[in-house]
Amino acid sequence: MDASRELLEALRENARTGTADLARQLGMSEEAVADGIAALEDEGVVCGYQAIVNWEKTDEERALAAVELNVTLDRETGYEEIAMRIARFPQVTDLRLVSGDFDFLMLVEADTVREISRFVSEKVAPVPEVTQTVTHFVMDTYKERGIELRDGHDDDRLSVSP
Amino acid sequence: MRRAERVDRVGPSGIRKFFELAEEREDVISLGVGEPDFAAPWAAREAAIASLEAGKTSYTANRGLKELREEIADHVTRYGFSYDPDEEVLVTTGVSEAVDVALRAFVDPGDLVAVAQPAYISYEPGVVFAGGEVLPVPTREAEAFVLTYDALEEAGAAEASVLMLCYPNNPTGAVMSESEIEEVARFAREHDLLVLSDEIYADLTYEGEHASIAAREGMRERTIVFNGFSKAYAMTGLRLGYALGPASGIAAMNRIHQYSMLSAPTTAQHAALAALRDCQDDVEEMVSAFDRRRNYMLARFSEMGLPCFEAKGAFYLFPEVPGDDEAFAEGLLEERGVAVVPGSVFGEGGAGHLRVSYATGMRSLREAADRIEAYLNER
Ligand SMILES: Cc1ncc(COP(=O)(O)O)c(C=O)c1O
Repeated sequence: MDASRELLEALRENARTGTADLARQLGMSEEAVADGIAALEDEGVVCGYQAIVNWEKTDEERALAAVELNVTLDRETGYEEIAMRIARFPQVTDLRLVSGDFDFLMLVEADTVREISRFVSEKVAPVPEVTQTVTHFVMDTYKERGIELRDGHDDDRLSVSP
Repeated sequence: MRRAERVDRVGPSGIRKFFELAEEREDVISLGVGEPDFAAPWAAREAAIASLEAGKTSYTANRGLKELREEIADHVTRYGFSYDPDEEVLVTTGVSEAVDVALRAFVDPGDLVAVAQPAYISYEPGVVFAGGEVLPVPTREAEAFVLTYDALEEAGAAEASVLMLCYPNNPTGAVMSESEIEEVARFAREHDLLVLSDEIYADLTYEGEHASIAAREGMRERTIVFNGFSKAYAMTGLRLGYALGPASGIAAMNRIHQYSMLSAPTTAQHAALAALRDCQDDVEEMVSAFDRRRNYMLARFSEMGLPCFEAKGAFYLFPEVPGDDEAFAEGLLEERGVAVVPGSVFGEGGAGHLRVSYATGMRSLREAADRIEAYLNER
């Protein structure tokens, strides 16, 4: 594996690891790590860093929904144009073109279920190319982006073993 | 109760004492653990569950499920040798059983068994239980803990009938290159030694490829290779390993295995099958996580001025410590709550070192390294 691939893997495991520690883990100089990260960001390979939040453990209310979207295309408008119109709303956290019975899978996040309903009916459904929306409110989240939101497995190994 | 003399011929394990000391404390970070911190890959666990649901709870063939033996035979071709699944593979209850059975199958009372040291702590008792005599063959830090022709000669291994070795090594993390292992092979051929090669850490090799002694010319017929699922697949608790060797050797081992074990645990065999078929990506991910931790700990030791040989395999580092290693380890545990295993526990060449396992999450490693550094600074 080349250095930038290794760096990417280490960042994917924990993006908060400091430059000095990444340098130690990868056997690189701190400077090389800093340059490598800058390059990954400049090239648009790494697009951002975020915390994965289990909202249940906070006092805040949070509503999530997965929304199926069907659209019609015409000569002037392709998937990309429609997608960008929708993706720019801050409520939309994820938007993907998918195969199967519908075109886009959109994830929406807001403070309340009501807000999501209003957003979908007032902002998304009226987009001229959108022909149908089916909204699935999220009832529980077990795993997000590879991280299990339930408590992990306890370390029940013997403290010292051969 | 009156007990057989052989029980008293081996003392209690030196690791036990540190286990007890560590258990007495609350806030211990342990770098003394000889098994992965990961759980077994889910596909392997899932296969075990499915096999139970399907009622697969009977014994298997003595040598293990045929499908599993075939999968093993296929898998091990990556090490540059091939074994016939019907005649040359024995599935065992961990490498532990394979080692024990092999020693009983190939060592007669009074036979000399050369053991490369520092070594995994079970070999010596295994030899004693089989009625043999241990001939320690020390390896040295100056030679990267590699076993050499000269060391074998110097120790008098020409008189031995069996040579036991383990690379990648527990406790040093040392690996051996093809040319280095060829020197050992040459010695074994010249002096007609049977070789027992514990390669349980084969897949945890971080630089270069694992080189097996059984793949050297003229070695297949005199070598038994041990490997298993405990380390690379994080399946220690499932207790599954295997031995590879020429048909006559495997038949000899199976003679003992069929009476003492009947067959390896069935549920674990189903998990192992899935592990080989579906979990290579999981292994790759664990290996790269181990490698990052290895680099991290090597860097930290170097920064704190603790000399440490650059281990390239398994999940252990073997730094050198000032003074008596046992006293150092005890002090580190008592004053800073970090558990490690003193090197002298592992036989000759181990004194003055610590075995530091990095099979622990980065956060704990960071904290443990900080504590070791503080301990060093106040001494
Ligand atoms: C070198 C070596 N061999 C064998 C074993 C035991 O393996 P198993 O769990 O397959 O019995 C260990 C476990 O620590 C080991 O380090």
